[in-house]
Amino acid sequence: MNAAKLSKRRRRAVEAWQGLQDSARPVIYVGTGSCGRAAGALELIQAVRAELAERRVDAKLVQVGCIGPCYLEPLLDIQMPGQPRISYSNVSAKAAERILNAAFKGEVSKGHLVGHLGANGFDGVPRFFDHPMLAPQVRIVLRNCGIIDPDDLDHYLARDGYVGLEKCLAAPWQDVLETVKRSGLRGRGGAGFPTWRKWLTCRETSSDQRYLICNADEGDPGAFMNRSLIEGDPHALLEGMLIAAFTLGASMGYIYIRAEYPLAIERLRTAIAQARGLGLLGQHILGTDFSFDITIKQGAGAFVSGEETALIASIEGRRAMPRTRPPFPAVSGLHGQPTIINNVETLATLPNILRNGPEWYAHYGTETSKGTKTFSLVGKVRRTGLIEVPLGTTLRQVIFDIGGGVAKEFKAVQTGGPSGGCLGEEFLDTPIDYESLAAAGSIMGSGGLIVLDRDTCIVDTAKYFLSFTQAESCGKCVPCRVGTRHLVELLETICRGEGTVSDLAKLERLAAAVKGSSLCGLGNTAPNPVLSALRYFRQEFLAHAVDKRCPAAVCRDLVIYRVVKERCTGCERCVQVCPVAAISGPRSEPHNLDQDKCIKCRSCYEVCRFDAIAGDAIVIEPRGVA
Amino acid sequence: MPDAAMPSIAREHHGRPADLIPVLQETQAAYGYLPRDAIRSVARALRLSESQVFGVATFYAQFRFTPPGKHHVRVCLGTACHVKGGGHMLEVLERRLGIHPGETSADGSYDLERVACIGCCALAPVVTFDEKTFGQMSVVKLEGILDERGQA
Repeated sequence: MNAAKLSKRRRRAVEAWQGLQDSARPVIYVGTGSCGRAAGALELIQAVRAELAERRVDAKLVQVGCIGPCYLEPLLDIQMPGQPRISYSNVSAKAAERILNAAFKGEVSKGHLVGHLGANGFDGVPRFFDHPMLAPQVRIVLRNCGIIDPDDLDHYLARDGYVGLEKCLAAPWQDVLETVKRSGLRGRGGAGFPTWRKWLTCRETSSDQRYLICNADEGDPGAFMNRSLIEGDPHALLEGMLIAAFTLGASMGYIYIRAEYPLAIERLRTAIAQARGLGLLGQHILGTDFSFDITIKQGAGAFVSGEETALIASIEGRRAMPRTRPPFPAVSGLHGQPTIINNVETLATLPNILRNGPEWYAHYGTETSKGTKTFSLVGKVRRTGLIEVPLGTTLRQVIFDIGGGVAKEFKAVQTGGPSGGCLGEEFLDTPIDYESLAAAGSIMGSGGLIVLDRDTCIVDTAKYFLSFTQAESCGKCVPCRVGTRHLVELLETICRGEGTVSDLAKLERLAAAVKGSSLCGLGNTAPNPVLSALRYFRQEFLAHAVDKRCPAAVCRDLVIYRVVKERCTGCERCVQVCPVAAISGPRSEPHNLDQDKCIKCRSCYEVCRFDAIAGDAIVIEPRGVA
Repeated sequence: MPDAAMPSIAREHHGRPADLIPVLQETQAAYGYLPRDAIRSVARALRLSESQVFGVATFYAQFRFTPPGKHHVRVCLGTACHVKGGGHMLEVLERRLGIHPGETSADGSYDLERVACIGCCALAPVVTFDEKTFGQMSVVKLEGILDERGQA
């Protein structure tokens, strides 16, 4: 395959893609990423197939990746002949039957309607991308996710796939490096190091074997940007890796991906085989002197392997333990050779920069943080999902405009996962860029945004993150191994109501020590959640330590379950569900809850909330209120 | 060895210690866990000591050293699930199955695992039984699922 043949193949792909939009038979799209599947997309497909068979409708079924608004899943898009693709949300198997029936009659089911994805307007149907969650977004990396069939290389080609690679191959590597430099792209794994500078160090190290590693070991709990991207558009990552490898002079590449992402791995395997078939991977790519191939390495479950030197140790078959730097991997990495490790998003951004030019990319973002960034927006926010916004967008815009705000009162947002910090209301107008978040005491991180409301306990959340990093500490250096353990123990003491004011000072001192003296990024950033929480939510720590009170009514040793006599109708639902017989009747009279027996499992609270005759007669409240 | 899978895995990677992790992954895929004998065979084939193999295997969360249960239950304790009550779900499972994460119930029917994010945060809190995902769980719903599955 050479450039001319690829152009010919792309022309055919464009025709086929256009043919799909103008199809004379109905086309049905279902988002079957991991998140869609969890929401029931595979059952939805079965229902659609059954309905099509029963009505003897000849339709084409296309499986696409995740388009972003997870809270609307499963999504079903129907494109009738002569109509644009129309998207419906929260489609159960039963609803699918109704929606399809209406669509076959040329009607639109308003109840589930989200919008259409056509080029032109369509009567009475809003545009999908005008939806409040999508309108403020700029989709560059995610441009194909949810739009194309990730297993169909022609879909990717039809949407200018591998154009960036062709441009890259036609230029000397120095020009490509210059392009990446001018684009202002910085590492999207979270550290934000300028991509071009890291590359140049690697390129300038003399060696006949350089390696490129894609870090897809997305380990932050609550972050799934990379998985969705790979599941929805795997070729974008491959093209990005090719561009990086060409610039670096690397002939071997690895994708280090979590074994917990089976669907992403499957899609990558398919894409790699397709690329090899077309001569886009292997020897003499597109007839040039450039040769490159990719091997998938499955991570075996260790958060610390996101650290560069630990990741290399893992690929070499050892425990994922970091080593001191320098030498940096760009100089001496995998098997002692110059190695570049880039995050999935960094790499998948490259084809767009090459295709549209660095100035186009750099015009998004701020002075120092160019371009866009993907985030997984989750927690107590109304509209959860995967989003992409220009850097410089404020936290308020993301949480309130895109996320639709918080059902209960907003309390804080955690950026950067277990390595980041929680920022309260006074930081809502902070622009999301590397410097502003760092100045506020948090970090950009890889892209997890977890929204907390007034029912979330800040001390408990800090304990949660610390417990995570403590469990994931590799144990090599003392500050991290021992320090994080003591931090967790201190937080546990405070959550049990057994802490004192002096424990807060101890927390701060120890956190600073762990932060300043750990060997790698895991330990250096592990104290961030507790430091930022102490800084901005000190009152809540004091409430636990001094008043022995958890204002959010979360910490189990500081809450009680209580029956509000005036509201209880004595329906006995709680008596039935209590696993330890802590609640007693008699029927039709206010029940008694024995505090000594209660294991605080929450069953009674839930049934009273949703199933009981009166409702809300059982409350969880801070101890010592009543 | 329990069956014939091991020799073929060993032969394919013979003498290549860098392949240790994929070899352990293939071995676990074949047996469901890493039996003692398999660790010995892996060490011999890759020219490593048993302690080196064991050291790597115990480092990574993916590997288990006891046979899995017939059904595999996972509780998500990612951040979104945690703030929406994932911890309560874990307590219910521990209480009802009588096991802690990483263990298999005495009758061999269930094993329990806690995971940090399945990646469907919009459905938090989430519990999975084998391949099936149960989203927006509550203590009462989970108890109901366990009742239906006949789990005393």
